[in-house]
Amino acid sequence: MISDTILSVSQLNNYVRSLLDGDEHLKNVFVSGEISNFTEHLRSGHLYLTLKDNTASIKAVMFAGNASRLKFRPENGMSVIVRGRASVYERDGAYQLYIDDMQPEGVGALAIAFEQLKEKLSKEGIFDAEHKKNIPSFPKRIGVVSSPTGAAVQDVLNVLARRFPVTEVIFAGVPVQGEGAGDIIARAVADFNYLNCVDVIIIARGGGSAEDLWEFNSENLAREIYKSNIPIISGVGHETDFTICDFAADLRAPTPSAAAELAVPDIFELIGYINNIKERLLSSITSKISLEEMRLDKISDTGFLKKPSVYIDECEKRLTELNRLLNIYIQNEVERKINQSCMLASKLDTLSPVKVLSRGFSILKSNGEILASVKQAQPGLNIEIQMSDGKLNATVTEIMK
Amino acid sequence: MDMNYEQSVKRLEEIVSTLEGGNLSLDDSLKLYEEGAVLSENCRKMLSQAKLKIKNINEVAEDD
Repeated sequence: MISDTILSVSQLNNYVRSLLDGDEHLKNVFVSGEISNFTEHLRSGHLYLTLKDNTASIKAVMFAGNASRLKFRPENGMSVIVRGRASVYERDGAYQLYIDDMQPEGVGALAIAFEQLKEKLSKEGIFDAEHKKNIPSFPKRIGVVSSPTGAAVQDVLNVLARRFPVTEVIFAGVPVQGEGAGDIIARAVADFNYLNCVDVIIIARGGGSAEDLWEFNSENLAREIYKSNIPIISGVGHETDFTICDFAADLRAPTPSAAAELAVPDIFELIGYINNIKERLLSSITSKISLEEMRLDKISDTGFLKKPSVYIDECEKRLTELNRLLNIYIQNEVERKINQSCMLASKLDTLSPVKVLSRGFSILKSNGEILASVKQAQPGLNIEIQMSDGKLNATVTEIMK
Repeated sequence: MDMNYEQSVKRLEEIVSTLEGGNLSLDDSLKLYEEGAVLSENCRKMLSQAKLKIKNINEVAEDD
């Protein structure tokens, strides 16, 4: 470039930019610093921030495409390591960082590893809801996997002793932090399954830093939990701490104490329930009995049992009625017979010889015998002539034939 | 009787709902009531044996 040439601003900025872009070192730099002036452009999704240390600062931009791949949300005050290129924004003549990737400093590497493992296991279905086993309502034996010296196991035992002291705890003491602890915890889960000696397993550890809890992000442990035939409750860390163990477990509790509470029912509630059932039992049989009593009362209140005399009266009434009907029948019958005989008598009357006599005919008798032929008589025979109103004595004087 | 708590409670619930249904002879009701009374007493006993037992997994392994 010639020193006496007059450049436009654009030319200058363009020249400086080409210098920076031509530098291999600046094409891919890692820079650590603290975020300030953080803004996320709502419409475009680009992130704008200033990266600074104690004595210097640089403007930086992370375009939406890269920003969308971030596993965490950048915040002001956060220490980060960024990877990107240093260049010039020609319009403003501003020298700045174009960020490709960003990680929180410190736990950054672990955080990435965590996300990667979580994604991998999730894809394999290790966390699938359909695979989750139900937690039994009344566990007889509970496996507790925790540090023998930690507060977590005490919390768990206290809750179990208070809520459900009828259960038995099988304790597997394990280290809960430090290299290899995850594998040992996994082994304890496998042992419980091998011995098949508990109804539910609680994995417990108190709160700590992400590094402290790191062993609970063990892939082995996740797989062993997935394989377990015994339901597993994970109570690792505090409310906000999530570990792979939590995701793989059948039930996640925010704390060790909460895990113990989820594992067992409250014995006082159960006793209350049993008492309630007992009362219902008693009241149902009592009401059944009083119902039967009422039925019995009703039966004995009515009819024969209550007043046998009423029953007898009833019978008597019936009897009288029958008697009356019978009398009526007999009377009718007798009258009918009388009528019949009267009729016969009058018929008979019309045939009576007395009637004939009244018409002028007579009956001849001799010695009490009726004379129906002249042959029975001879002159001089004394005869009796019966007439309707009296008798004549006569003597036969002549017989004519 | 070899029922565990869960089974006992389930049977107890059955008995109560059968009794509360009411379509039973007095004889059957009384039989069920007696069974229920025994069950509820057993359940109460099971719950009142209130002492948390703690064993180490190594002991269990040795037992087997």
